[in-house]
Amino acid sequence: MTDASPRGADGARPQRPTPDQVPGQTPGEGLPGGPPQRHEVWVALRKVAFGLGASLLLTGASFWAAGSPHVYAPSVPVLLAALAIGQMGVHLVFFLHVSSGPEATNNIIALAFGVFVVALVVFGSMVIMANLDANMGGMAHATGTTGTTDMPSAGRSSSP
Amino acid sequence: MSTLASGAPAGHRPAPIPRSEQGPASRRVVVAYGFWLFLLSDIILFSALFAAYAVLSGSTAGGPSGARLFHRPHVFVETVCLLLSSFTCGCMTLAIDLRSRPWMTLFAAATATLGLTFLGLELAEFTDLLAHGAGPSRSGFLSAFFALVGLHGSHVALGLVWLAVMMAQAWTLGLRPVVVGRLLCFALFWHALDIVWIGVFTIVYLGAR
Repeated sequence: MTDASPRGADGARPQRPTPDQVPGQTPGEGLPGGPPQRHEVWVALRKVAFGLGASLLLTGASFWAAGSPHVYAPSVPVLLAALAIGQMGVHLVFFLHVSSGPEATNNIIALAFGVFVVALVVFGSMVIMANLDANMGGMAHATGTTGTTDMPSAGRSSSP
Repeated sequence: MSTLASGAPAGHRPAPIPRSEQGPASRRVVVAYGFWLFLLSDIILFSALFAAYAVLSGSTAGGPSGARLFHRPHVFVETVCLLLSSFTCGCMTLAIDLRSRPWMTLFAAATATLGLTFLGLELAEFTDLLAHGAGPSRSGFLSAFFALVGLHGSHVALGLVWLAVMMAQAWTLGLRPVVVGRLLCFALFWHALDIVWIGVFTIVYLGAR
């Protein structure tokens, strides 16, 4: 499956050295034996710099969209969410180096599971609390300080 | 063309070993995977506070709302500081790949300076809120706000302590594989904090109505 992918560009090497590889490399340490080539570092630097540029651009777009009168107001939350997800993707690829390489497979599976749990926690809480809010009288006309919406975080928030 | 290149026995790139014959994954891959699992569990911790904030963001208990309290230019400067520190942290990783301690130290110092600037701006914001009577005990909204943003800030502060410890280790122990592995874990941690901050500034600061 992964035989065709050359793994030399990012310094990752096969664990068991073939006879024509550098004999001084200790396989147990796993880190690249010698210093990488200069041009490889320049390629990597360009990658990180591109990540910074894209990320600054997306941040600027987010702040502009949130405050600009030229954006159709009801679409702003969706636009902000899209920009944030795009920026997280830029960070994952260009800073955290999440790739489609063979040794990133486990990382990607774990990431997918993490995203799943995060979505469950956040959207599950929001749906359940909105449902409780609607079915128990709601907080819209209750001007008291405490109410049903304090329930999920009673252990954390210290509202009086 | 490609068949010629791959068929040449004396090519500068040796034939790749099949995955099934490569033995266990390298230490670098395994350490990064374990730390990646920790980062994901940390992000799940943050997600609980994000959920609390999303539920409580409207319950201001008659107090000030987010739209009245937050200054977007201030947050924008904070965000740029954190983004630039992520960039310098990436440069630090490259300097470590080159085994260049002076460059590593330079970029680590830049990362620490930007991180400290971020923390200073955040503390200034918190003291400003407290001075206006908008502390965490004012309303459910402010409780959730201080819990979420404060947790991120304390992560940044702990990251800075970690960075200082790693610089001390790099200069006393040298860039041996164990130290390099820890430095790479720090870089992962720092980039993950930046990802959490994207969620914070989008949901908390830009989403404030």
